Amino acid sequence: MPVRAPAIRLTRAGVAFEGEALFAGLDLEIAGGRWTCLLGPSGVGKSTVLRLVAGLVPGTSGTTVVADDGTAVAGRVAFMAQQDLLLPWLDARGTVLLGARMRGETPDRRRADALLADLGLAAAAAQRPAALSGGMRQRVALARTLMEDRPFVLMDEPFAAVDAVTRLKLQALAADRLAGRTVLLVTHDPLEALRLGHRVLVMTGRPATLSAPIDPPGPPLRAVDDPAVLALQGELLRRLAAD
Amino acid sequence: MVRALVTATGLLLAWEAATRLLALPFWILPPPSAVGLALWTRRDLLVLHAGITGLEIVLGLVAGVVLGVATALLIVRFAVARRWLLPLVIASQAIPVFALAPLLVLWVGYGLASKIAMAALIIFFPVAANFFDGLRTTPPGWIELARTMGARESAILFHMRIPAALPALAQGLRIAAAVAPIGAVIGEWVGSGAGLGYLMLHANGRMQIDLLFAALAVLAAMAIALYYGLDAALRRLVPWQPETLKQTE
Repeated sequence: MPVRAPAIRLTRAGVAFEGEALFAGLDLEIAGGRWTCLLGPSGVGKSTVLRLVAGLVPGTSGTTVVADDGTAVAGRVAFMAQQDLLLPWLDARGTVLLGARMRGETPDRRRADALLADLGLAAAAAQRPAALSGGMRQRVALARTLMEDRPFVLMDEPFAAVDAVTRLKLQALAADRLAGRTVLLVTHDPLEALRLGHRVLVMTGRPATLSAPIDPPGPPLRAVDDPAVLALQGELLRRLAAD
Repeated sequence: MVRALVTATGLLLAWEAATRLLALPFWILPPPSAVGLALWTRRDLLVLHAGITGLEIVLGLVAGVVLGVATALLIVRFAVARRWLLPLVIASQAIPVFALAPLLVLWVGYGLASKIAMAALIIFFPVAANFFDGLRTTPPGWIELARTMGARESAILFHMRIPAALPALAQGLRIAAAVAPIGAVIGEWVGSGAGLGYLMLHANGRMQIDLLFAALAVLAAMAIALYYGLDAALRRLVPWQPETLKQTE
């Protein structure tokens, strides 16, 4: 991974659906090479912020999304969603090579196999999703994300659909393998945000606004029973409930 | 499978018993033993006509599937085609296709072509509609993933939409396999000099009801073999179909 991925800056960002503003005039700095966690209740528009960054939804006029190295953000992102988005006809190796195939590039099978082995998926390389557990499927999705090797990684509740223990393991794995990239993680789980985020932002209301950022002490990955994590968890839940 | 055979054997026995006990006239319902005998003694004739009907069914299937698949792809890929062609495709379903059979005979003749056209016509809609539905309902998350990967529309079509639509296409093909024999036989009834449908009419006219039933039995066996053969092939070729996945879980 390069020394440090660039930051992303959203200014006066807005998205409207059928005339109604989900959010408007939103300013957000996603620090380079760090994890920024966006926390909020369901339906508040946090996934839409992420999709705006990915270039999947258009912003209202005046919206700017720029990387601080001066080049466009769209085209340099890797995307990981709550549904693992594994194609049922592709085995794990095929899944990891999907990006290359989609762009018409020569697939690098050796790197794909090395990545799968690194994530403990060597035995699953020839397995289709139907044969894999929820945790393994999400690890395959992580392998596909890593294979893309993009400076920006956008994650939309990627660990929400797995059991608690698997979730903690996946968080640790993602924190380790994605270190150095600029990560925007959308979640509704305060504990997840506090374990993984260099910075945590709470998004509430309609049109949605962002609360003052919280920077939990110490580097991620933080322990579940870290006193600061526990104390801040209470604070985050209060902010979420105040909506 | 075994249960189906037991049921079928039971029904045949009941049929045999009923014709004997009720002393039904031969020209109303011949006993299965008589039909079996006709199957054996007239086997050369049956094989000849079954070959022709089989050819009509297979060629009709191929033509109908090619047309249906091409139409679905055209409609999905090009918005212009969608606007101009889709309403027509949907409206075409409302036409009782069988009513076109006499016209087809008039236009493309008494021979194989009118039967192939008939089968192809009735296959066309289920194939086109099912495949189009499958192509249209690709999960939006997959498409977004592909977009973030920098995929072109054509790559999304070939690597995502089409494979994702194959289970739906397989469903359309199953329906096609079930209705193709109907199309061929209707075509033969309306006007032909060969085929099992022709043989049935011919036998009926001469009161050879045992031969009529024998032809019917051959037709049924062909239809069943076609359906299950295709179903087995589709399960192998498209193993990510929901019904196949359920079985392996």
